[in-house]
Amino acid sequence: MTTQVLIVGGGLHGAAAATHLSRCGFRVTVIEKNYAGRHASGVNAGGVRRLGRHPAEIPLSVAALERWQRLNEIVGDDGQFRACGQIKVAESEQELAELERRAAEVRALGFDHESMITRCELRRRLPALAAHCTGALVCDDDGAANPYRTLTAWRRQSQRNGARWLEGTRVVNVIPEAKGWRVETDHTQGISLRGDWLINCAGGWAGELCHWLGERVEMVPKALMMTITERVAPFLEPVVGCAGRALSFKQMENGTVMIGGGLTGAIDTRGELADVRLARLAENIKTAVDLFPFMRDVRVVRTWAGIEGVTADAIPVLGRSARHDRLIHSFGYSAHGFQLSAITGEIVRDLALEREPGLPITPFDIERFRARHCDSTPLQAPSSSRDG
Amino acid sequence: MKRVPLAIIGAGPAGMAAAATATRKGLEVVIFDEQPAPGGQIYRALESTPLRDPVLLGSDYWHGSELIDALRRESIDYRPGHMVWQLTREGEIGVIADDIAEVVVAERVILATGAQERPFPIAGWTLPGVMGAGAAQVLLKTSGVAAQAPVVLAGSGPLLYLVAAQYLRAGSPIEAILETTPRGNYRRAMTYVGGAARGWRYLQKGLSLLRELKRAGVRHVRDVTALRAVGEGRLAGVEWQTGAKPGIWQACEATTLLLHHGVIPNIQMTRALSGEHDWSDQQLCWIPRRDSDGRSDIDGFYVAGDSGGVGGARVAETQGSLAALAALASLDHIDTPTFEREAQPLRRALASESAIRPFLDTLYRPADTWRHPSDDVVVCRCEEVTAGEIRRVAKLGCSGPNQMKSFTRCGMGPCQGRMCGVTVSELLARESGQSVEATGYYRLRPPFKPITLGQLASAAEPAEKAHRSETEVS
Repeated sequence: MTTQVLIVGGGLHGAAAATHLSRCGFRVTVIEKNYAGRHASGVNAGGVRRLGRHPAEIPLSVAALERWQRLNEIVGDDGQFRACGQIKVAESEQELAELERRAAEVRALGFDHESMITRCELRRRLPALAAHCTGALVCDDDGAANPYRTLTAWRRQSQRNGARWLEGTRVVNVIPEAKGWRVETDHTQGISLRGDWLINCAGGWAGELCHWLGERVEMVPKALMMTITERVAPFLEPVVGCAGRALSFKQMENGTVMIGGGLTGAIDTRGELADVRLARLAENIKTAVDLFPFMRDVRVVRTWAGIEGVTADAIPVLGRSARHDRLIHSFGYSAHGFQLSAITGEIVRDLALEREPGLPITPFDIERFRARHCDSTPLQAPSSSRDG
Repeated sequence: MKRVPLAIIGAGPAGMAAAATATRKGLEVVIFDEQPAPGGQIYRALESTPLRDPVLLGSDYWHGSELIDALRRESIDYRPGHMVWQLTREGEIGVIADDIAEVVVAERVILATGAQERPFPIAGWTLPGVMGAGAAQVLLKTSGVAAQAPVVLAGSGPLLYLVAAQYLRAGSPIEAILETTPRGNYRRAMTYVGGAARGWRYLQKGLSLLRELKRAGVRHVRDVTALRAVGEGRLAGVEWQTGAKPGIWQACEATTLLLHHGVIPNIQMTRALSGEHDWSDQQLCWIPRRDSDGRSDIDGFYVAGDSGGVGGARVAETQGSLAALAALASLDHIDTPTFEREAQPLRRALASESAIRPFLDTLYRPADTWRHPSDDVVVCRCEEVTAGEIRRVAKLGCSGPNQMKSFTRCGMGPCQGRMCGVTVSELLARESGQSVEATGYYRLRPPFKPITLGQLASAAEPAEKAHRSETEVS
């Protein structure tokens, strides 16, 4: 009999896991409470970035880029990935020194994708940048892609492989059974599903699922704010970040400029509504205008916030459960999971096939939160998820 | 950050009445309005219009002066030229004036943001020279400027004859009125006229306007069933078909085409706050949920006037007073007996003032053809998405307007869906076989109106040092 897999969460990581698992002959069902990509997966900034990654994430991120470069082979669409480069700008000598230290650290780990550029080269690459910037760290093969398009490509590929998607269906309970799982949903026909494996890809809601399973994790849902402007004439190729301030700044192909940077908005207590917080947003925009002064007169078309699960140490949870057999976690990408989605599906597949994944995932083990429990203060509860 | 007990957004009849009521009870009130002077759309530029002749704009217009006088007289913190571009459920109001953004926090908020013209998508409606009849009226009221002749008016609704008459009185000729009111509407509407004495008065008023237009020799074409604007780069002419001669296009030259299919509530703010909205089959628009005193389903927020369902100026005025009383009561500024005593007569007045709505809504209900444009017609003007594209994507399984955004960018331009929202809801509903209610509407994202990055950046707290990102992001 074929092995049944239930994936909770129809975001990028759920769709990628569904694609790889169904290709290997698993019978996959994705359960999504809204529709595919409703939250962070559909509305993130679309950065495909190795630059500035946590050291533990670098091997995965490097492998992921290789997948991005041949995404068309994997899912039949390139997700509009463009290798336009990523640049992290220093605004002072001190920040420049910090970036140099960072570059050396990455080299020492045996990677060569991050390199420094001088003030002069920075000026050449970004003529519109404010004059006070002192230099930058760059990753030339990095770039950006279209989130919703990428998500749709993964979802459709998984469906071609035979995966079933239940959208508009919310998981209300998970019950461990002998050799597997029963998942109860709010579906009008009272659907209750049985699976041999359960995969937690529930993003901002993954903590809730862990709670039901008695699995300790420190994660809160956060609403990450973004702004998009009206169209302006092309002036910027790479995605620009900032060494000392929160910023992610890029011009889209249609001329609009997307401004983000991980500043958090408010989340309604029901957890489904994200709201923009004005003072924080203004701060984010000020950074953008400080770096690109000519943008001052450009109009904002839209601001929004997408809900994402952010862990206490800001790296994901990816690996087998510490408490249950046949449970795999893949969540908590902490607002930088878009690029990694090209590789995490393969890792989940390997875990379900009970073979060693080819990449180091020990740092992402959920066990780390049990160890942390003794010596750290817990994060605030999701119901009052406002950072201060 | 400034904190106030009550903020009112909009200084039309509802907002002005709310402000006056609250102030008379001794509550500190701030009223934000985008326009440079009070009055809303209906009493726009009443204090300053160059058209001082009372006959020219009509007596209903001059009724607004009483409300405006009260606003000027009372000690109300009235802020003209203040655009509200963002609002949160916590009562944070992002306003912008003279390039400076500011955040004000209010314990209670009355939304009195009025109505907007119903989108009237026809082939060629994006050509320069085509505009809303309401917009043309604004031009006339504020600056005494009439749009360039030859002018053609097309559509249906109370404003159509009125704008035509106002144009004529201002000395600007009208080439033709192309009336789209479906024939059957007159018969259906008459079943409601008996219940409303004002219905007869209203009809008489309409007839007298019509006589005035006839005397001036304005061509009046009834039962128009198809319409298109033509021209290369700008409007050159208008073509139409009538029920009597289906399939035959008739034409006339035009430099200006004024379109009008009535008004619908401006729901940008209640939508952005994720309040519940119901589809009104009577008014063919979304209506925010509110109780009879104006309390919305969003804690601390009230809706008064046309933004809660189109009722006209007098209804708006009464609703404004009523919502202010409800807000005062919930702030414990007045006690329950006082509230009940003062609310009762207002509720009764509201019932009689609203009695004419079923008649008007039935008479001016736009036919299906106007709300379901043919495939070649642009629906989303900002992103140039046609009705055909929307139907195609719907067939791919896109069931709601928000997914439609991801597929087509429809509704994602600077107008925030104002010009396409109702059309998209209705088109998708028909394609998917769902009700409009189940199909839903865009999730609205601030800003409500475009603001520049520089203006937005000015709201950053100057003393506070910029934060480092909580986390690296994609």
